[in-house]
Amino acid sequence: MSDYRIQGATGEWEVVVGLEVHAQISTQAKLFSGAATAFGAEPNTQVSLVDAAMPGMLPVPNMECIRQAVRTGIAINAQINKWSRFDRKNYFYADLPQGYQISQLYHPIVGEGAIEVQLDDKNPESTKTIGIERIHVEQDAGKLMHDQHPTMSYVDLNRSGVALMEIVSRPDMRSPAEAGAYLAKLRTILRYVGSCDGNMDQGSMRADVNVSVRRPGEPFGTRTETKNVNSVRFVMAVVEQEAKRQVALIEDGGKVVQETRLYDPDRNETRSMRSKEDAHDYRYFPDPDLLPIELDDAFLEECRASLPELPDAKRHRYETALGLSAYNAGVLTAEVETSRWFEALLAASAAKQGKPEGDVAKQAANWLTSELFGALNKLGKSLADSPVSPEAGGELLALVGKGTISGSAAKQVLEKMLETGDAPGVIVEREGLTQTSDTGAIEAAVDAVLAANADKVEQYKGGKEALFGFFVGQTMKAMQGKGNPQLVNEVLKAKLG
Amino acid sequence: MTQLTDLGVAAIREGVAKGDFTAVEVAGAFNAAAAAAQDALNAFITLTPEKALEAAAAVDADRAAGKALGKMAGVPIGMKDLFATMGTKTTAASNILGNFVPPYESTVSQKLWDAGAGMLGKLNLDQFAMGSSNETSAFGNVISPWRREGSDAQLAPGGSSGGSSAAVSARIAPAATGTDTGGSIRQPAAFTGISGIKPTYGRCSRWGIVAFASSLDQAGPMARDVRDCAIMLEAMAGFDPKDSTSLDMPVPEWEANLNADLRGKKVGIPREYRMDGMDADVARVWDEGIAWLKDAGAEIVDINLAHTKYALPAYYIIAPAEASSNLARYDGVRYGLRDLPPKESAKGAGLQDMYAATRAAGFGAEVKRRIMIGTYVLSAGFYDAYYTQAQKVRTLISRDFMDAFQTVDVILAPTAPTAAFGLGEMVSDPLAMYLNDVFAVPASLAGLPAMSVPAGLDRQGLPLGLQLIGRPFDEQGVLDAGLAIERRAGFTARPAKWW
Repeated sequence: MSDYRIQGATGEWEVVVGLEVHAQISTQAKLFSGAATAFGAEPNTQVSLVDAAMPGMLPVPNMECIRQAVRTGIAINAQINKWSRFDRKNYFYADLPQGYQISQLYHPIVGEGAIEVQLDDKNPESTKTIGIERIHVEQDAGKLMHDQHPTMSYVDLNRSGVALMEIVSRPDMRSPAEAGAYLAKLRTILRYVGSCDGNMDQGSMRADVNVSVRRPGEPFGTRTETKNVNSVRFVMAVVEQEAKRQVALIEDGGKVVQETRLYDPDRNETRSMRSKEDAHDYRYFPDPDLLPIELDDAFLEECRASLPELPDAKRHRYETALGLSAYNAGVLTAEVETSRWFEALLAASAAKQGKPEGDVAKQAANWLTSELFGALNKLGKSLADSPVSPEAGGELLALVGKGTISGSAAKQVLEKMLETGDAPGVIVEREGLTQTSDTGAIEAAVDAVLAANADKVEQYKGGKEALFGFFVGQTMKAMQGKGNPQLVNEVLKAKLG
Repeated sequence: MTQLTDLGVAAIREGVAKGDFTAVEVAGAFNAAAAAAQDALNAFITLTPEKALEAAAAVDADRAAGKALGKMAGVPIGMKDLFATMGTKTTAASNILGNFVPPYESTVSQKLWDAGAGMLGKLNLDQFAMGSSNETSAFGNVISPWRREGSDAQLAPGGSSGGSSAAVSARIAPAATGTDTGGSIRQPAAFTGISGIKPTYGRCSRWGIVAFASSLDQAGPMARDVRDCAIMLEAMAGFDPKDSTSLDMPVPEWEANLNADLRGKKVGIPREYRMDGMDADVARVWDEGIAWLKDAGAEIVDINLAHTKYALPAYYIIAPAEASSNLARYDGVRYGLRDLPPKESAKGAGLQDMYAATRAAGFGAEVKRRIMIGTYVLSAGFYDAYYTQAQKVRTLISRDFMDAFQTVDVILAPTAPTAAFGLGEMVSDPLAMYLNDVFAVPASLAGLPAMSVPAGLDRQGLPLGLQLIGRPFDEQGVLDAGLAIERRAGFTARPAKWW
């Protein structure tokens, strides 16, 4: 599918990418303790006895975390395992109080699934299906701070025990763009589902990027794993840089070693962290403190029923039922907030115009994607902090739709709305922007213009039809821009024969 | 008047309720006995006489105010030092937790205090409950109050609940908590001529008990007789939402339903437990037990528990595997011992150095041995051959029991292959020590309720116990059969006071 190739000295190379995405589950409480999960709290203020691994403390699963993982699995069309189990992954580190992470190696809660990504916004045909091998639920570790004291490290356990989903893709991606599109799409889905807030800058979502290179068509090469990459852009950079590095290494007669690497965004390069030789033996075994998780049909049905319309379905509906362009449908569904805003706008506009949504959807989509996005962009604002609400936007669209104001007047009204936060109706009144649809007034204005320009009327009738625009302009001018352009056109056409 | 320290749980509760004596008098008597015996027996790691008196005073006040009294009202008990007790040092008999004072109370101990019991102190045990003789404690051996006839050699009180067994048999506590992972209640009970029951796995919450092997650990009472065990188990058991493996079932009224009439019951005698070269006294007592149960109306049935011989090896894979992981938390980072090696460079000692020094200093030899065994059996390349295989054996052992319980109601076997051995006799041979658990371990692997009751003395005058193993959740059947034996065995022997 992808023809992304690295041009080496000895020929072309193909890159093979798989991602392991860690997504923090959006819940109030941790995976196995009642402690809170809010971001940015004072160090060690969100730590229960369980999180601190005090003697005799026991984990109790937070079923909301399980539920969110199952909902996510359903959203990627995955196999949901009705029987799953937690395992312990044993290793020593100061940010891991128990000395083991509770995870799921042998029996993950979610099995095989897939998502479809679109590689080019403008080209609906440029899709590719990326396989997902599994989703399992596990505990996050705490955080070490090495820069607080000259000889000691500090430990913050607030994050210790927070629930993560690890979403493991198949090695199905073949370019930086595919890896970026996959991560972006996954983030979109998680945010629709509500199982993860997708805040990559807060560490709520991060990716381990597995990269290898090969000659096109040959078996997979040895892969490296670049840990904890926290933006779509960085993931794409890691794929690019790591593939280049591996090609150069192989072509120089070297060998790629299976190892863990880190990405340094400042230098845009990956660096070795530890090699397989000093890899841990994690001694996974089933956690004897926990019973297997067994899910019944009613639980699965509730998870399924609680899912909102997902991005692919929504996009399809926007195109078919609402008649939007593929591009607009894509833009409006890429973020769950955008689609929510759009749907509120559409509902308000349709209600105020007394028309079905399908009749006013294109107008709403065009206004939102070109007018409002453009205006917010200039102000450096996003939709989330837009001074214009969807309801006010809908009112504005209705004013245009009903012919109360012209399209050009609507632009002025929007500017005033952004400035003042006033309702569009108020602005139209105050600024006197109402357009005239009174045919009598329009006819009078047209008559006056034609009378004053008898010579041009002659020329027009003689075949110089380009003069029609002149008459429109003169009429609008005479009406101080308030004439309904459509009616002005109609009246002029009638009078000029 | 009889000495208060001769009384058991039921007698104390009754006497306090009737006003024959006050709870404070009882607590005072046991406090004094415990203190007097401490140098000789070393049964306690921490004595808490003020706790016992405080709880007793509250019971006396409640009685005076006419309030209803709890199941254990006025009974001072010993608490195995594996149960977290808020504000009182909880060591697991280790250096690594040598000064650890928990800011929380274990579910089981809290239930006992809620029932009106008071705490005489924290009882010695094998370090992290790993051992069968109480010789692995960082706080010194517990000395059994028992002695062989004509000898003053020091004997083992059994383990790991050796402080509990010594204290109850020496009459310095009317009852004590124990925990049983592979026999740690039953074997010390047998060694000291007292009763002890390990209930069905999940009956007692594990929350707040320092973990040894999570899938096996289970708390239970150790007391003078079957009835006292029933009373105390009722106080200890019950569903706990803080323990995912806790049984969500009501606690039966075991005491009220005690019934030594076994007519209509079938008792299974497992052939595989009758081993070649079995101790003649143990075999004799077992035969007597069979006769007593017959006399109580039960039908005796020979049964097969075919995989018995694999139980011990499976146990010594599973328990250390879980322990190696459970004990990883003792790392010197957050609580407990921290040992920093001396700086060898300007950089100073690092995290790995701290781990190594802390754990080397904090754990005893037996604990280290089991951590190493457990780490080994879980390692890449060995996991399937050891851990997976052991889990399969565990399943087969459970199946053997379930098959047997199609026919029989309860199983009778010896508790341990020998009477108490001398301190130091086995320490150099861990395998011989592990073999002491051979009859106890199968019921642990299957999670079944099992109890030891005193049945007689061997030729050297040392107690021998008989073990009763029941169906899951059928503690009643176990207690009833135990009571039938107790009534017929007429076991009244007690250690002569030499301390």
